[in-house]
Formats: sequence, C-alpha cells, structure tokens
Amino acid sequence: MRRLLVKDLRILRRSPLLVALLVLYPVVVAVLVGAALTGGPAKPRVAFANLAGDTTFTLGGETLNPSVYTGKLFEAIDPIRVHTREEAIAKVRDGDALAALVIPADAAQRLQGMLSLVGGEPPTVEVFYNAEDPVKRRYVESTIRSRLAEANAALSDAVLAQSAKYLDLVVKGGELSFPLVGEVKILGLRNARTLIDTSLRGIPEDAPERAPLEQVSRFARVAAENLDLSKPILASIGQPVRVKQTVVSGSKTPLDAFAVGVAATLSLMLVTLLLAAGLLALERDEGTYARLVRGLVSRGALLTEKIALAALAALVVTLLQLAVVRIFVTISPRPLALAAGALAFAALGTALGALAREVRAASLLAVLLALPVAFMALVPSGAVSAPLYDVLNLVSGLFPFKPTLRALDGSGPALAHLCALALGYGVVARLALRRF
Amino acid sequence: MNVAGIGKRFGATVALRGVTFAAAAGDRVAVIGPNGAGKTTLLAILAGVLAPDEGTLELPPAGWVPQRSAVYSKLTVRENLELFAGLERAPHGAVERMLELTGLGGDELTGTLSGGNRQRLNVAVGLLGSPPLLLLDEPSAALDPAQRERLWTFVGALDATVLFTSHDVAEAAQHAHRVLVLAGGELVAELAPTDDLERAIVCAGS
Repeated sequence: MRRLLVKDLRILRRSPLLVALLVLYPVVVAVLVGAALTGGPAKPRVAFANLAGDTTFTLGGETLNPSVYTGKLFEAIDPIRVHTREEAIAKVRDGDALAALVIPADAAQRLQGMLSLVGGEPPTVEVFYNAEDPVKRRYVESTIRSRLAEANAALSDAVLAQSAKYLDLVVKGGELSFPLVGEVKILGLRNARTLIDTSLRGIPEDAPERAPLEQVSRFARVAAENLDLSKPILASIGQPVRVKQTVVSGSKTPLDAFAVGVAATLSLMLVTLLLAAGLLALERDEGTYARLVRGLVSRGALLTEKIALAALAALVVTLLQLAVVRIFVTISPRPLALAAGALAFAALGTALGALAREVRAASLLAVLLALPVAFMALVPSGAVSAPLYDVLNLVSGLFPFKPTLRALDGSGPALAHLCALALGYGVVARLALRRF
Repeated sequence: MNVAGIGKRFGATVALRGVTFAAAAGDRVAVIGPNGAGKTTLLAILAGVLAPDEGTLELPPAGWVPQRSAVYSKLTVRENLELFAGLERAPHGAVERMLELTGLGGDELTGTLSGGNRQRLNVAVGLLGSPPLLLLDEPSAALDPAQRERLWTFVGALDATVLFTSHDVAEAAQHAHRVLVLAGGELVAELAPTDDLERAIVCAGS
C-alpha cells in the first residue's frame, strides 16, 4: 500500500500540468459558477433625466412638486443624473446603465391640466432598458415598476387629499386662496341652500320667482350630497402618471424562454462537442486514420463528414428536446440558429479531437472546455469589474455558446458569427490533422 | 518502382537518410533490420501516409497493410471489407475473395476477434484493391503457421510487386527475391535470399 502511494505521488510530482488541472480547474469553475449565478447588482445603475426640473403645479391653493416623489425611486437605484433624453438613452445603449428614466418637461403642466379638469393626456414617463441579460432586465423592470407605482400612489394620495379639500370647500364653503387676488370667501352649496330656503319662507306660495328658487335649492341639496360621494371615486385614481417602456438594446426574450434557450444550447454544445471530438479521435484509436487519408479519403472530406454527422445528431436531439419543452413554455425553436450553432460546435469538436488524438482525452478536453465557457457566457455585467467583463466577453466570443444564445434570440449577426467560428475551427482542425 | 534519396526526420531524430533502391514488376523485396532501423517509416512513406523530407518516388498505386491492425472494431468483418472495397474501388468479388482468404465469418464483430484473426482481416483489407504494388508491414506477425502459409500462398499468386518487412529472417529468405538491410535509417546492404541474413542484421545492429 505504501509503495503504491509513493508511486502515485511520484507520478503526480512529474505531472505538473495534471496537478494544476486537478487543483486549479475546480477553483476556476467554482468562481465562474458563482459569478454566473450572481443576481443583479444590489442597486442597478439607472440614468435619470428630469426634464421637468423643479416645475410645480398647484391644486387647491397648495403647491405640489412631482420631483419630490422620485426620492422614493432613488432609494432603490444608483442614479446617473443626465441632462437630456438622448444622454439617458446613450447611457443604456453603451451599457453604462441598465435602464434610463426620463421625466418629460411638461409633466407638471399635464398633471395640472388633468387634475384641474381642463382635460388633456396625463404625463408619460419613459423608461428605457438594456435587456442584454433577461435576468437583469426582469430585475430592473420590477424595481422600476414598483418604485414608479409607489411614486404614483404617493402623488395620487396628495392629489386626492387636495381634491377632497376642494370638494369640501364647494360643499361646505370656506376660504380659497388665488394668486394675485388673495383670499376669496366661498359660500358652499349647503350654505347656498340654507340662504335660498330662508328666502323661500318669505315668498308667497303663488309667487312666480318661487319655482326657480326651489329648483336652485334642490340642485344645491343634490349636488352637495353627490359631491360628498365622489371622494371615494377620486380615490380610485391610482395612476396620474403613465409609464412607457422601451427596450433599447439586447434581448426581448422573456426570462423563461431565455432559460430554455440556455438549456437547449448547453445540450447542443455537449452532444456536438463530445460526438465530433470522439468520432475523429476514434479513427486514430482504431488505427484507421492513416489508412483512410493515404489516398482513399481527403482530410477535408473526413473532417466534413465528422462535422456534418455530429451537427446533425445534436440538432435532432435538441429539436426533440425543444418539442417536449414547448408543451410547457412558449418558445420559438429557431432551427436555423440551432443548425448554425451545431456546425460551429462540431467544428470546434473536431479541432479538439484532432488535438487530443485519443477518444478519452478528447472527451475529457471537450467537457473541461465546454463548461467554463458556458458559465463565462452567463456572467452578468454587474457581477464582475468592467475590464474583467470585457475579457470574459472576448473569450466568450471565441466560442460558439454565447453566439448561439444570441442567434436563438433572433440576432442575425450572431448567425454570421457562428458561421465564421465554424470556418475558423474547421481550419484549426485541418491544420491539427497534419500531425494527427 | 524507383526510390531515390529518401530522407525523413522526426524532430531531431533522423528516421531515414538517403535510401535508394528499385524494384521491377513482380519482384518480391524484403526489408529487414534491427528495431528502430526505419522499416515501418519507409513503408509508410511508400504508402503515402507520410511525406518524405527529401528524395523522389516513382510508384504505381499501392495497397498497404500497416503493422498495427487498422480496422473498425464496431463493424463486422464483412462491413469492414465492404467499406474499404468501396473506398478503394476494388474489383467486383474482392470482398468474397478476401472472406475466403481469411476464412473468417463475415458477420463476426471485429472487436470480438482474436489478435491473429484481426491481423488476418487487416491483411485482407490491404489486398482488396489488387494493386500492382503491395506494401506489407510485418504481415505475418500474430499469425499462426497455417495462417502464414495461406497468406504467402495468396500473395505468391498475385501478379504484383511486393515489398514487405519482417523480423523473421527465414520468412524473408523464403519469400523474397531480394533483401534490403536497413540500419539507423540507412540502406546498408542489398542481399540475395541465400546470403547470411542473420549475420547481416547483427552487423547492422552493431
């Protein structure tokens, strides 16, 4: 037993690459998994353009400032204040902000007009999203939506309170302040009715002016009673401010469809890589490679056959998988994207098979490479520093996983990217076969 | 066939240097030498598996039987023969002839064959195309005497130039018209089968 232990330790000592792989690889994978599974940032960066400035509106003699209510929004985000709508959109497009919130310049006037019964459309706040990562997008959407709802609720509470005071004034009478005029005494419907009823007592029954005065008295009574009832109706105004949402860049894919896309791409990747790498390495294992390429089959034809077979098999498996998933989730299979991804993965697989030369080594290499690359592609931008994220993006771009995800999302350039990768890896495989 | 000044390096190792010889149609040429002399490398170059670093070759189309069995374990004997017969565009009936030569059941899975039977199939695949030149690398290794006899009877009946390597000096003397002795990558002697071949190998090895 001791001799065996010493033997194995000796072997490990003479295999530094193997030891590095056994120790470092799990650490790298663990770090990438952790980064990939990190949720959205604690406070998403949101560009904020308040074009209304500190414009206020008045209701019932009180001044209200809509900007006060943005404080509630700022509690949940990391705001980047900008001056124009275009700046805000640019921040999102450039990836500096996950979203942008733009309060229009006429927000206060529109609120004023709507609430003073002049009419007109309510103000519309614009929200722009960077939907590069559907997980992040969902988080940012829900954060902004909930904060806007709170702001709306606070605003409508204030408006409701002022409107209720105004109604009380109309019903019961009191004093109202007007700019330039000062305090004005309001009679109120009840007081008006009392005055009219008092006057009616002194008018003979058959007097011609009695009928219209009785009509006014009835109106005052009915109006006073119904205006009191309108307060609950006013309370149902929950959204004095409307929200318009726009996705500036990135995916419009819902989160569940994105998850299915990730699963499909993972299985496509593993099946294709293992099959392509294994099939090519098998020729060397069996000793048949030399027999084939000495004149019976060209190296290019051999590679093409392996790539085609692996891609086709993986495509069929993945389409079957998606056919089952479609029972539960609404998704668009996008077979062209899957086919392009399968070809790129297959070409990569043959390159691995040509480099590894032996089936078991080829399979191991394929798995060792595939999983970290997949996790790398899923790391959200907020989880790591910007320079590291750029590096991860660059590395991810060299492998078919992330482009396949984008192609499944409908990106045309991603299809071209996959074709280029297929071609590139095919060339690498062809060159590696020289020393096969 | 004409082979002139063939040389091959693998990194710093010189596998072959300046190997030159010729063979007429129908010749039987044996290549012998100690281990590491370059026999397998020479045949691989003649078969087109490796490219020489120097020298020229004038060869007709050649069939090649590698030293290590090169057939698919997951295919049957017949499937292996049919695959390679198709790729080589072998004449009609070649598969049946080879099945008869090997004496193997066509439906046997190659992976289940013994080492000797697998080698028989390996040889049969190389003979499928009935080429004018046959390159056999240790063809009788792992074959029992009866199988060897059948192999050489079959090869002897072929109207082809045959170049083969062997560790068996007696086999070389029996089946070759000429014997080339390789040592250290160089052609050190060209002998008749009746010469003292064992002594030649020993001298070449030293």
